[in-house]
Amino acid sequence: MPLELFLDLYSPPCRAIYIFAKKNGIPFEFRPVVLGRGEHLKPEFLKVNPLGKVPALRDGDFLLAESVAILLYLSRKYQTAPYWYPPDLQACARVDEYLAWQHTAIQLPATNVYLCKSLLPHFSGQPVDTVRLDRLLGKLKPALQHLDQEVLAAKPFLATEQVSLADLMAFTELMQPTAVGCDLFRDWPRLAAWRARVEAALGPELVQDAHKLVLQPRDPRDAQQDPRLAQELVHRLQERLS
Amino acid sequence: MWPPPPAPEPGSSPLSTESPENSCCCENSGLPGLMTTPSETRSSRMRVLGLGWRGPTGTEPGPGAQAAYRLRFRTCWLWLVGVPDTCLSMGLELYLDLLSASCRAVYIFARKNNIPFDFQFVDLLKGHHHSKEYIKINPLKKVPSLKDGKFVLSESVAILFYLCRKYSTPSHWYPPDLHTRARVDEFMAWQHTAIQMPMSRILWIKMLIPMITGEEVPDEKVEQMLAEVKNSMQLFEEKFLQDKMFISGDHISLADVVALVEMMQPMGGNYDVFLNSSKIAEWRMRVELAIGPSLFGEAHDRLMRLAEWDSSTLDPMVKERICELLQKFK
Repeated sequence: MPLELFLDLYSPPCRAIYIFAKKNGIPFEFRPVVLGRGEHLKPEFLKVNPLGKVPALRDGDFLLAESVAILLYLSRKYQTAPYWYPPDLQACARVDEYLAWQHTAIQLPATNVYLCKSLLPHFSGQPVDTVRLDRLLGKLKPALQHLDQEVLAAKPFLATEQVSLADLMAFTELMQPTAVGCDLFRDWPRLAAWRARVEAALGPELVQDAHKLVLQPRDPRDAQQDPRLAQELVHRLQERLS
Repeated sequence: MWPPPPAPEPGSSPLSTESPENSCCCENSGLPGLMTTPSETRSSRMRVLGLGWRGPTGTEPGPGAQAAYRLRFRTCWLWLVGVPDTCLSMGLELYLDLLSASCRAVYIFARKNNIPFDFQFVDLLKGHHHSKEYIKINPLKKVPSLKDGKFVLSESVAILFYLCRKYSTPSHWYPPDLHTRARVDEFMAWQHTAIQMPMSRILWIKMLIPMITGEEVPDEKVEQMLAEVKNSMQLFEEKFLQDKMFISGDHISLADVVALVEMMQPMGGNYDVFLNSSKIAEWRMRVELAIGPSLFGEAHDRLMRLAEWDSSTLDPMVKERICELLQKFK
């Protein structure tokens, strides 16, 4: 059985894994999991990942969740180029440091901005709550400031002198709100320059391919396909974003 | 340094009779002629050194720690009088407050593996993580931090991996096998939002917010938080632990240490998350035993004594921020 990656390219960590696998020529079967249809919560998928989240990996009998763990697994199994996860003790530590920090400092608040700007209006049919959006953007600001003013002041990429798993994860996360009209790079020049460097390092075509879905405006008719699901999603989102 | 060197000969050093409670120990060195550094620089250096350090539990350190403290100051005294930094080897420094679960994980791991380090106490209850001196170490104002010569590292997961690698600790802590290692990585990634955050919130909601503001958090919010924790514990049991002895299999790893110290956090507020599952309770006992009950107990002492803290000493600005936090829950 070939390697299977369970992904929805609407999700930033899924895009990171997709880009990493493609960039490194890692053969895999793409198993789509459409979050918008609640497929991540269905029994079939829960057998693969009981946590009910994408991305997930299946390698023969071996199941693995969590994007950071999956990226490290792929880099080790397929012995990808060392710059992704450097062998040097301190360089590696810098990548680990970012990958740990980003869960709560970047991923959580950036996702909330995206949910407020795109998903909630899509499923509720209501316009964007701009007061709430501003508050959520405010929560992301300290992290962006830290990256722009402190981290990138000293080097061209987030962990070392070359692109690494840290940049890959950060890139797809920061593209999430940006792709739906909240340009996170606008106020941060070093971050904007870093974005261009990362895109060049990953390959513009591959980046475009991975982001095609999230860059497209959502079709309002999709939300009406399952009104009960839409209602439940709206309720969960309201709770999460309050 | 840890483990501490043998106690010095009596009278062999001006600092050998130092008592840890003395917050200006270097002024009593008895060598006034050598104090050539301007007093302002000297006092700021004294603050950075954490003078008045009361050891990991916030109370008087034991004899081993006191000896380590004396060695540190013998070395640091030279810095105080103006000997350049490059002449001193400060060794590995860990900036910690054992009230924090992530700090306990790092502390337990380093002690268990006899990794020598200087314990730099950053008192969260006194807001020392916001001090100018600490911001220079970690601008994100969080603990733990590691300083190894000029290299500074934050994030407990990164610090644990660094220590494993640098000190070549036994392989079961971070197993080399591809699949087993991935199991550890998987837990270490998941726990940030699924365990650490909710467990810490319980302590805030059940203990710190009522203690500091004098007000209770609304029942509805408390129930919501507790339900989230219950759900996480269920996922932990069903997915990460299953029927194994430890998360990665038959041996304790970094994942178990991180998991347990975080699940202990609500205990500071008298909330026991282990009550609902005998499987998890048994796993807890195995982990404590593997770590060593005395080390485990020592690491958790400050947390377990949190109820004794006099919150009226809290900085008013910090108190205001916490009151604002309470409003969010209403």
